[in-house]
Amino acid sequence: MISRRHLGAAAAAALAAFAALPALAEYPERPITLIVPWGAGGGTDATGRMIAGLLEKELGQPVNVVNRTGGSGVVGHSAIATATPDGYTIGTVTVEIGMMHWAGLTDLTYADLTPIALYNYDAAGVQVRADSPWNSVEDLLAAVKAEPGKHKASGTGQGGIWHLSIAGMLNSAGIAPDAAPWVPSQGAAPGLQELVAGGVDIVPCSVVEASALIEAGKVKSLAIMDDKRIGAFPDVPTLKEAAGVDWKMAAWRGIAGPKGMPDDVTAKLTAAMEKVYNSAEFQDFMKGRGFGLVWAPGAEFGTWMKDSNEALGDVMKAVGLAKS
Amino acid sequence: MDAIFKAVALIGEPYTLGVMLLAAAFGLFVGAMPGLSATMATALLIPFTFFMEPVPAIAIIVTAVAMAIFAGDIPGALLRIPGTPASAAYCDEAYAMTKKGFGERALGVGLVTSAIGGLTGAVVLSLTAPSLAEFAIQFSSFEYFWLACLGLSCAVVISTGSTLKGFVSLLLGLFVATIGIDITAGYPRFTFGSVELMGGVSFIPAMIGMFAISEVIRYVASDRRSMKIDGPQQQSGVFKGLGPILWRYKLNIARGSGIGAIVGVLPGAGADIAAWISFAISKRFSKEPEKFGAGHPEGLTDSGAANNAALAGAWVPATVFGIPGDSITAIVIGVLYMKGLNPGPMVFLNSPELIYAIFLSFFVANLALIPLGFVAIKSSRRLLSIPQSMLMPIILLFCIVGAFAINNTVFGVGLMLVFGVIAWAMEENGFPVAPAILGIVLGAMLEDNFMSSMIKADGDLMGFFSRPIAATLGVATLLIWATPLLLMLWRRLRRRGVRSA
Repeated sequence: MISRRHLGAAAAAALAAFAALPALAEYPERPITLIVPWGAGGGTDATGRMIAGLLEKELGQPVNVVNRTGGSGVVGHSAIATATPDGYTIGTVTVEIGMMHWAGLTDLTYADLTPIALYNYDAAGVQVRADSPWNSVEDLLAAVKAEPGKHKASGTGQGGIWHLSIAGMLNSAGIAPDAAPWVPSQGAAPGLQELVAGGVDIVPCSVVEASALIEAGKVKSLAIMDDKRIGAFPDVPTLKEAAGVDWKMAAWRGIAGPKGMPDDVTAKLTAAMEKVYNSAEFQDFMKGRGFGLVWAPGAEFGTWMKDSNEALGDVMKAVGLAKS
Repeated sequence: MDAIFKAVALIGEPYTLGVMLLAAAFGLFVGAMPGLSATMATALLIPFTFFMEPVPAIAIIVTAVAMAIFAGDIPGALLRIPGTPASAAYCDEAYAMTKKGFGERALGVGLVTSAIGGLTGAVVLSLTAPSLAEFAIQFSSFEYFWLACLGLSCAVVISTGSTLKGFVSLLLGLFVATIGIDITAGYPRFTFGSVELMGGVSFIPAMIGMFAISEVIRYVASDRRSMKIDGPQQQSGVFKGLGPILWRYKLNIARGSGIGAIVGVLPGAGADIAAWISFAISKRFSKEPEKFGAGHPEGLTDSGAANNAALAGAWVPATVFGIPGDSITAIVIGVLYMKGLNPGPMVFLNSPELIYAIFLSFFVANLALIPLGFVAIKSSRRLLSIPQSMLMPIILLFCIVGAFAINNTVFGVGLMLVFGVIAWAMEENGFPVAPAILGIVLGAMLEDNFMSSMIKADGDLMGFFSRPIAATLGVATLLIWATPLLLMLWRRLRRRGVRSA
C-alpha cells in the first residue's frame, strides 16, 4: 500500500514537473526563423540579416533568415501571419502590409500580426539615369505630361510602394497617375539595373537603395518625397522645393510575428530588439548605408501600422490603384 | 604596387589563413550535404563575420563557397544527389562514370577543373572588374529574355534519347515554373489556395527529388541486386590518369572557364546556369557526342570549370555597382556595407588593398581546394563500400533533411517526394529528367523578362530586337532554332529534285 502511495506521489510529482516544463523552459530554447518577404540583396534583406545576427547574440539562439519572395510581398507576409504564434517564426514586415489588401491581392492586414518593433523609415526619391536629359523634377513632369505612356518606371511589383510613390506624385502634379506606366520588378536592385541598362526611365525607390549607383555616377536623384532633405544626401531637394508638388511617400520596416503570440515572448523580443536597435553595430550599419532610423516598440508600432494602413488606402483610392 | 604588397600581408596573416582553413572544412561539409547550397553556407557564416576584420570576413566566404561548389560534385558523382544546384547539370554523367568504376577519376576531373575555373575567374575579376561590370550592366529584360531562350535550347542538346521526349520533359519543367503568384499581375496560378504554393515550387527540393528520390525508388522497385555498381571501383587514385584527360580537354577547360566567368558577371545568372550552358556547349561541339551520358569525362571538364569560374564573376557587378551577380553576392553586399566597404567605384580608389586582398583570397582558396578536395574525395569514397540496403535509407534521410532545410517547411519534403515519384515514372518510360530541371531553373527568368519587356515595348514584339545586344542575341537564338528545320527542308527539296530529274 505504502509503495503504491509512493508511486502515486511520484507519478503526481512527475506530472506536475511535466506540466511545469513549458513555463520553466525559457524562451527561446530552439532556433528562430526570421522571414524576409523580399529578395536577397535588397534593403529589407540587408537590414533583416543584420538584425538576425544581432538578435542571435541577444537571445542566445540562432536566428535564420529565410527569404520568402514573390506575389508583391504577399507570400512572405502570409508566411509570417500564418505561422504558429510561438515566437519561433517572426519576420520583417514592410509598408506593403498596408497596401496589398487595398489592391485586392489578399485579405491579410496589419491586424493579423503581433507588432514587435519598428526600426526604419526611408523616403522615396526620384531617380533617373545620370545621362538623362532631365535635370530636375520639373523637366521630368513636363516630359511625362507631354508624352503620356512613353516613359516607363520600375522598382518593385505592381501596386508596390514605389509604384504608389510615382503615381501619387503625378496625381499631385495634376497629371494622370498612369502616365508613366509601371514595369513590375522583383525589387529595387533589378529595377535600378533596368534603369542603367536603358530599359526604363524612372526608378522612384528610396535614395538609399540607389546610393551605390549614384556614387558610381550611373544614376542621379532629382528629388526626395519628404518634408525635409536626407542627411546623407544634402544636395537632393525635396519635391516641394524642386517642383512645388506637395507629396510625400516613405517605406518603413519593422519586426512582427503572427497574431496571438504569448505576451511574455513578445515582451522578450521587443526588449531584445531595443538592445539591437541601440547597439553601436546596428546604428553604424544603418547610418553607413544611409537607412533612416526610427524606433517604435510593441503597441506603438501597432498604431503606426494602423495609421499607415489608412493613409495608404486613401492615396490608393485617389490614384486608382485600390480595388476594394 | 604598394597596395598589392599590403594585400599580400593582409591575406598572409596567420589569423586570416586559419579562419580560411576552418571555412574550407565547413564549405566542404555544407557542399557535400544535399540540399545545403553554397548560398546557405554563406548565410550561415554571416554571424561569424560580425567579429572579424573586413579581409578575413570576406575571405572565409570566398573560401567556403569555392569549396562548397566543388564538394557538391561528391554526392553527385557517388550517389546521384547533386550537393548544390551547380552540380545538377553533369550529375548524371559523373554518376555514370562511377557506375563504370571510375568514380575517383570523375571527382578528380571535377576537382582540378574546379580549381582551374576558380583561378581563371579570379584573374578575370582582378583584371577586368570595372570594364566587365560596364558591359554586364547594359543587360535589360530584353537581353535576359534571349539569354533564357538560349539556355532553354540547351535542353535539346543535353537530353539523351528521343528529342520529342526531351521536349515533353522541358515543357513539364516550364509548367512547374508557372506555379505560384506571377510577378507581373500578382495573380495566383495552380496554387489551389495553398499559401505554400503561392511562392512557387522551391527548386532545391524539386531537384533532390528528381535525382535522388527517383534513384531510391528505382532501387526499391527493382530486383535489388541489379543496382550494384558494375564491377569493382578502380583503386587508381584520384589523380592517376588525370593528366592525359585534362591535356586532351584543355580547350574545354578554357572554354568552360570563359563561359563561367561571363555568365557569372551577368546579374541574374549564376553558377548553376553557367554549368548547364557549358555542359550543353561541350556536347554540341564534341567530336564524340555519342559518348555523352555513358560516363564520358569531356562534359565534366567544361562544366566543372564553369561553375567555379562563375563564382568570381558574380563579384564583379557586386563590388563595382552593388548589384548582386547571384544569391551569394547578394548576401556578400550586406557584409561589405557592414564592414564599411560600400560597393561602388570609390572602394577601388579608397581602399585598393582591401579589394586586392579579396581578389587574392580567391587565388588562395582555389589553390587550397586541390589538397583539401583530395582529402574529401578520399574520405567519401568509403560511401560506395556501404551495402546498398543500408545506403539507400541514409540517402533518403539526407534528402529529407536537405529538402526541409531550404525553407524550414515540411512542405518542402512533400514536394521532394512528389517530384521523386514523377521523375521515377518519367525515367522508367524513357523521358530524361535533365530538361525538366532546366525548365524549372529558367522558367521564371523567361516569363518575368518576357512580361517586363512587353510592358516596356507597349506590346510591340519588335522591341526584342530594338537594342544592339538584344538583337544580336535574338538573331543568334532564332538561327539556332531554325537551322535544323531549314536543313530538313533543304534535304527534302533536294530529294524531290533528284526524283523529278
